[in-house]
Amino acid sequence: MFVARSIAADHKDLIHDVSYDFHGRRMATCSSDQSVKVWDKRENGEWQCTASWKTHSGSVWRVTWAHPEFGQVLASCSFDRTAAVWEEIVGESNDKQRGLSHWIKRTTLVDSRTSVTDVKFAPKHMGLMLATCSADGVVRIYEAPDVMNLSQWSLQHEISCKLSCSCISWNPSSSRAHPPMFAVGSDDSNVAYGGKVQIYEYNENTRKYSKAETLMTVTDAVHDIAFAPNLGRSFHVLAIATKDVRIFKLVPLRKESTAAGPTKFEVQIVAQFDNHNSQVWRVSWNITSTLLASSGDDGCVRLWKANYMENWKCTGILKGDGSPLTGSSGQPSAMNMVVGSSVQNSQNILNGMSAGS
Amino acid sequence: MEEVDVNPTVTNIPAIRHGKHMGFAWGPEDILVYETQFKASGPSLSGPGGSFIHKVRKDEDIHSPILRKLFNESHHIFVGLQTIKEDVPSKSKKPQFVSISRNYRSVIRACMEELQQVAVSTKDTEMATQYGNQVSILLAIELIWNLCEVLFIDAAPAGSLLLHLLDWVRLHNADADEKAKDVLQSDSPAEHHHYWDVVVSYVLQGRLEEARQMLAKQATRQPASRNMYKLMDGLLSKMPFYNPGGTQTLTEFDVKWRNWHEEVDRYLKDNSFSSNYHLELICKILVGDEDALLEQKELLSTWYHFLITRLLYCHPTVKPIELHYYAQSCLTMFLDSRSVQEPLDSILLAAFEFDIYLVIKDCSIVLNNWWFVAHLTDLLDHCKLLHSHNLNFGSNMREFLLIEYASGLFTHHSLWQCAVDYFDHCPELGRACLELQIERVPLDTERKALKVLRICEDRQMSEQVRSICKIMAMRALRNNRLGSALSWSIRAKDAAFATLISERFLQDYCTKGTFSDLDLIDNLGPAMLLSDRLTFLGKYREFHKLYGEKRFKEAAKLLLSLMTAKIAPRSFWMTLLTDALPLLEQKEVIFSADQTYELMYCLEELTSSLDTAAPGADSPMQEQDVEQTKVELLRLSLARNLAMAIVKEGTVDT
Repeated sequence: MFVARSIAADHKDLIHDVSYDFHGRRMATCSSDQSVKVWDKRENGEWQCTASWKTHSGSVWRVTWAHPEFGQVLASCSFDRTAAVWEEIVGESNDKQRGLSHWIKRTTLVDSRTSVTDVKFAPKHMGLMLATCSADGVVRIYEAPDVMNLSQWSLQHEISCKLSCSCISWNPSSSRAHPPMFAVGSDDSNVAYGGKVQIYEYNENTRKYSKAETLMTVTDAVHDIAFAPNLGRSFHVLAIATKDVRIFKLVPLRKESTAAGPTKFEVQIVAQFDNHNSQVWRVSWNITSTLLASSGDDGCVRLWKANYMENWKCTGILKGDGSPLTGSSGQPSAMNMVVGSSVQNSQNILNGMSAGS
Repeated sequence: MEEVDVNPTVTNIPAIRHGKHMGFAWGPEDILVYETQFKASGPSLSGPGGSFIHKVRKDEDIHSPILRKLFNESHHIFVGLQTIKEDVPSKSKKPQFVSISRNYRSVIRACMEELQQVAVSTKDTEMATQYGNQVSILLAIELIWNLCEVLFIDAAPAGSLLLHLLDWVRLHNADADEKAKDVLQSDSPAEHHHYWDVVVSYVLQGRLEEARQMLAKQATRQPASRNMYKLMDGLLSKMPFYNPGGTQTLTEFDVKWRNWHEEVDRYLKDNSFSSNYHLELICKILVGDEDALLEQKELLSTWYHFLITRLLYCHPTVKPIELHYYAQSCLTMFLDSRSVQEPLDSILLAAFEFDIYLVIKDCSIVLNNWWFVAHLTDLLDHCKLLHSHNLNFGSNMREFLLIEYASGLFTHHSLWQCAVDYFDHCPELGRACLELQIERVPLDTERKALKVLRICEDRQMSEQVRSICKIMAMRALRNNRLGSALSWSIRAKDAAFATLISERFLQDYCTKGTFSDLDLIDNLGPAMLLSDRLTFLGKYREFHKLYGEKRFKEAAKLLLSLMTAKIAPRSFWMTLLTDALPLLEQKEVIFSADQTYELMYCLEELTSSLDTAAPGADSPMQEQDVEQTKVELLRLSLARNLAMAIVKEGTVDT
């Protein structure tokens, strides 16, 4: 792997989150400088900042894009106890020529009493919906019933998780076999309080979310959580960042038709990696769910991959080395295979081959 | 044998201080990393740690224009392979498979040659090294593929096996020919310092005819040793080679070969060549003397050359299952204490052991690109050489590799279309993966969006079709391109959105007095039925057209039906009735008496509902007045028309 490009983000303080939009053509960054910046990828591959504005009165922890079916919409959450939804307004033509766009606030969600630690849009088949979680242990689910009027959001569900929440992840599966589901992680450090990951499932009959599962084996503080993209499987895969990296498989158990209540799951641990040798703060799946990345206290990002036998291995490590940023930020080293002395001098072989074949 | 173990590669990120937290974000073809601090417990503790975002990518070969040809052409071969009929038994398809294997290899070689040319001609040393590396990799790939073709696909039995292996070794050892060229082009070939190297190389490769020709040059220079040369020439010419197409059986060949071998041995023990170092060396080689062979390490240059040569002169009737024993021992003998067994060696060894899985597994681990393992595995699977019952994994290895490869193509702006075919031929996992990835293809232009759509429509991926159309419709709507938005909604079969856009059209009409995108609305056809509002929009526009063409009676009928059939929303009725005014005011009677009664009924319905609605607390007095005036005007017109209509209908034409 190599560094193909370095972008000067120009935030005045630490960056806390970077998020690509659905097609990978735009990027949003948020920072402790209380602002959000939006970047557009130009045809030549360069990133241009097309908007930069103050969003909160405290550090902005996360920023996330809604599905493009709903237009150009962002959500941010902050230490200032609020989450906000932003929409891009198509500007005047001279703005467009200068490559600028404007984002306006559509709504502020002020229900939380404490820092809002995560905000995530629900899968698109559920409509324009988002969930926030806060240090006060409450998950709040909001919906905008009219997609054309983003200033109207209603609080649909308020779920108390009893423990301070640090992260939330929606199950992206749109299969009819799976009701809407999300997982919440808690960074409460008291080991006595049991499972730090809770899975909630929506019930069509009661029209409410109820707890389907608590992962009791996860007793240490959880900092991040991520469902893997589904790919037509019947079971779910969940990655967790805690004192190590853990991957769980949740297999729905067959429900009797008369059984009420949430689905029961068989919980299996698929992999556990302690290579970071320290707290793991972030986990995230790539788009095809073939790679998992994790970031830890050791200052490394590690990449994990399973082969066709479902054996997991670390396939790459990214490490900061503090070296100065030079103009040429690195060259690709072509295919990494040690060919060694077994293979003849290329030129000769090629000449020979064209003659001999 | 254990699989190759490769440690994860470490990539250093500049400007992120060592030990500081690293945040990351996955992109379609890269991962972004940045320095951050994860403890979300309050205001951040330090100043900006240099706020840079670094884009980290895998060494992607898809960005090389030369390799792209490899991907494109192998795509053709792949698709052709998939369409070979299943009903014919595998045995008779062997020549076909071998031919396909050769196609793949020739594509690799073409690519290699091009890369080599560029590597040689470029002045940029870094580029030259990079290209040179790629050439080496492709060489290794072709080497492995060729061996797999010989052992697995062609699966030659004893006798032919060695001949094929000889071909294989000759193809990958061009040094001899290079030197031969130099030698032959010199003034006195026999005196060239590489002369004997060439002769010995020929012998090592079993190219005895050429060796003899070369030796003849030396023979003429040394008339004193004429007999020795004649003897050697004789031995070389008499060496039996198995002829697979011939009538001789393997056993008969074996007997003949042993006789020849004994003869050579006799002359060696006789010291017939002892006065000439080189000829004696050749004789020792012919007899398969291991030490003599090992002395030629430099000329052999690889352990597998050593292996084949050794087999040629010790055991030409080697059976496939015996290969691994010889391979292992040759490898051990050839590698001295200084050299280390490298990944390529392990892979070749696994091939000689006929452990297909190990070959594929090791190649997957060692190579950065899935191209090779994906296509080779696919071909081997078609040859029915992979048995999936071995694997615990729900789906099979072939699909896994093809999907890995194709997923990598998806991020490329033109190769993604090739990727689709690969997914199509993975019956278990392909569709789900394709659905996931095709949604992510950036819809930069309408043309591209239509391309993506067609692919989805061809495969009945209705959700993806709907989603893509919705995204395009939304984009158009945001940019106020109502016509485009409407046509995308229709394509998405999104009734709700179509309704919304129709409303916008109608609003626009009310404010501006004209329609935009008339072409689109005029040619809606059956799509009009998607939503009530859309139907109304279409019909309303039709009304305007009829009016413009002065087809007043038809226009009038249509206008009335819009209200009576409840196609028009109530909110629009006032506008419609106002539209009726000019028709009512015509000299000629257009609305019949019955129709006029209906209009009146509509007006009354409208006004009564307006009255019962909250009396204009919101609307200013002025608006109410205007409304009132309109209603009055309408009532008057309707009454006048009614009178005229009754008279007209009551009159008998005489």
